[in-house]
Amino acid sequence: MSKISTNFTNILIPVFAALMGLLFGALIMLFSGYDPVLGYTALFEGMFGTPRAFGETIRAMTPLILAGIAVGFAFRTGLFNIGVEGQALVGWLAAVWVGVALDLPKPLHVTIAIVVAAIAGALWGFIPGLLKGRFGVNEVIVTIMLNYTALYLTSYLIKRYIFAGNEKSENIKESASLQSPWLSEQFGFSRIHYGIFIALLMAIVMWYILEKTTLGYELRSVGFNKHASQYAGMNVNNNIMYSMMISGGFAGIAGSMEGLGTFGNMTALTHFTGIGFDGIAVSLLGGNTAIGIVVSALLFGGLNSAAPSMNFNADVPSELVRIIIALIIFFVASSYVIKYVISKYSKEDK
Amino acid sequence: MEFVIEMLNIRKEFPGIVANDNITLQVKKGEIHALLGENGAGKSTLMNVLFGLYQPEKGEIKVRGNAVKITNPNIANRLGIGMVHQHFMLVHNFTVTENIILGSETTKNGTINIKDAAIKIKELSDRYGLSVDPYAKIEDITVGMQQRVEILKVLYRGANILIFDEPTAALTPQEINELIDIMKKLVSEGKSIILITHKLKEIMAVCDSVTIIRRGRGIKTLDVSATNPDELAALMVGREVNFKVEKGPANPKSTVLDINDLVVYDARNLPAVNGLNLEVKAGEILGIAGVDGNGQSELIEAITGLRKVASGIIKLSKNDITNKPTRKITEAGIGHIPQDRHKHGLVLDFTMRENMVLQTYYNKPYSKSGILQNDVIAKKAQQLIEEFDVRTPSDLTLARSLSGGNQQKAIIAREVDRSPDLLIAAQPTRGLDVGAIEFIHKKLIEERDKGKAVLLISLELDEVMNVSDRIAVIYEGKIIEIVDAKQTTEQELGLLMAGGNRNKEVENNE
Repeated sequence: MSKISTNFTNILIPVFAALMGLLFGALIMLFSGYDPVLGYTALFEGMFGTPRAFGETIRAMTPLILAGIAVGFAFRTGLFNIGVEGQALVGWLAAVWVGVALDLPKPLHVTIAIVVAAIAGALWGFIPGLLKGRFGVNEVIVTIMLNYTALYLTSYLIKRYIFAGNEKSENIKESASLQSPWLSEQFGFSRIHYGIFIALLMAIVMWYILEKTTLGYELRSVGFNKHASQYAGMNVNNNIMYSMMISGGFAGIAGSMEGLGTFGNMTALTHFTGIGFDGIAVSLLGGNTAIGIVVSALLFGGLNSAAPSMNFNADVPSELVRIIIALIIFFVASSYVIKYVISKYSKEDK
Repeated sequence: MEFVIEMLNIRKEFPGIVANDNITLQVKKGEIHALLGENGAGKSTLMNVLFGLYQPEKGEIKVRGNAVKITNPNIANRLGIGMVHQHFMLVHNFTVTENIILGSETTKNGTINIKDAAIKIKELSDRYGLSVDPYAKIEDITVGMQQRVEILKVLYRGANILIFDEPTAALTPQEINELIDIMKKLVSEGKSIILITHKLKEIMAVCDSVTIIRRGRGIKTLDVSATNPDELAALMVGREVNFKVEKGPANPKSTVLDINDLVVYDARNLPAVNGLNLEVKAGEILGIAGVDGNGQSELIEAITGLRKVASGIIKLSKNDITNKPTRKITEAGIGHIPQDRHKHGLVLDFTMRENMVLQTYYNKPYSKSGILQNDVIAKKAQQLIEEFDVRTPSDLTLARSLSGGNQQKAIIAREVDRSPDLLIAAQPTRGLDVGAIEFIHKKLIEERDKGKAVLLISLELDEVMNVSDRIAVIYEGKIIEIVDAKQTTEQELGLLMAGGNRNKEVENNE
């Protein structure tokens, strides 16, 4: 009985947090002189209202699923990977590079580009993993610093080697692209691409590794209790490295979705994309589970992609979406309060 | 006779269970009244009801004859009820006085008046023979002294009725004796004490009467002078309990564990094990007796590969296992019931099922080409749970939610089931009640009788003497003497553990 009620609470809290975020967002609209009904109608229309809107929502959620998986995987094994942003950037560049430089038949080219992106992200995750595993350096600090390293390194490499002008890299070859005119047409000529299937597949992969494999068993064990893992004969240091590499691999694939799917190139960025950081929020709201991450990526992706249309159609500033996202995170983080309220009410029922 | 506390027909329910079912507890003025029961019998719940943390569904509480409603701990305090908690609630870098006045600070013109408080604490300390220095810092004083600070905290707030919750769990034998004196002093000054415990020895030593609770029900209240430990144990557990561990003579065979000149450094890089020699044979239980901190932990960690060996050789059945990785040592045939079951023995956030294969998950049949075979693991876990009587709602329950005794049974099930040549049992019964202790001792002897070697490390002298066949005394990282468990006495072991040499006189004469 307690098992069912915990599961129930685990689902109830994010749902409650999302609703509270929207409710307080409405209050903010009201107090700022906007019409919340109009604003939310426009927001909803922008998320799901037309095939095109839905296609764009799916496009936006694709990298968020992967970034969320990257964060969630590390978190489930006791690590806090703040470096998903940097790992995604490295993966993005690697994928674009393969897409630009190689000449291969279509399915192979795309596959190799994604695999190379995963390897690049994994290598970027290996650095903090090694430092943590071998020397006990805090992974949070190292990954934050590596985010900046990745940002400026990718910009430099683009400008130095594959620059096409206008702050952009050369475009990838058709054979490396995830875009599909046919799929795009089904969704009102939106930028939706095949990447969503890869993202969903990776969500399954995350769940499978963690729950079904001996590697996942070890990784979770190390995450929960290092001492008991050592006692059981596991190699704790190696497991920390593996975990950061797998997490980085997912992040690298997240980056490749932008390079091979949405844009077909990479911009020499001067600021972060936010994918990695949104990934933290997505994973948090999704309770660090594969299915939860997919659902919360849908919400966050939708909010992001619908923000401009809310601005056009209801004149509500698109920044409101960031406020709503912040509120949702706030309410998830204060889940203790929600749990307390729930337990209070369920007691009174009895 | 006047009762200071009467809890009449108390019933307290939690969703799914009745924690207290019609329990009556009557404490006379000036007595030490024991509340006896196994882990999870409902002792703490009953005391939390008295302390105002829980509201009972039924029943009545009277303090000094007046019916009262205790709805929060402040009311309990005002009625003169104070609790000395099992886990001390002290601020470590505060002084004794600062800790005691915390929450009821005496102020003078808006500033804290430490001086007056310290004088009052000194008075209290002297009156009850606590010898606590009001200006000492908590982090500088011993665990026993910290407990006295907890007692002073309660006295400072004017309590007449003191509840001691498992007060001896963290104390050394010496400190336990001192505590017993303090408790006697307190009642002689007119205080009344409720002692929550599952240790029969303490009840016999210090209490006037005892109320026994079993599975949430009040079983009986007895005068301690009219009972004995056997009767109490039987009432507590609900059946006859055997204190004397029953076992036949040992039948030692070939040497399984052979340690030569072992040196192991501790965390501060000092030699904790310093030239230790030891042999454990198949078919015997070798107990290691010693005062805590004489190298016992480091010895176990060195054998199991959790700590580097500086020099010396450890052999398991003639194979050198010195400084091998833990996994290799485990596979070579060592089972290890660790000292700290929460830190090492279990992954508390894993299910029981997952915990049952903690060392074997990667082997067939539990894993096939890197994929866990969940149905096989489940079957194994269910079999072990059944066989070792681990009380858990299911094999998918988190280890965290089981009681200590059941967690320990699960570890023992796992370690014994691997059928290791050498079973290391470190403090296997710490914090457990008599029923569980009896079970665990029986299992260790069973392993011995199957021809396995058992290395038992325990700080409880009774346990070492009852279970072992031979006893090795460890002192400052060396085995200084090995004695026959049947022939030795507590006095002899005590002397050896303190570094004495029983042959000294003989040598001097020569």
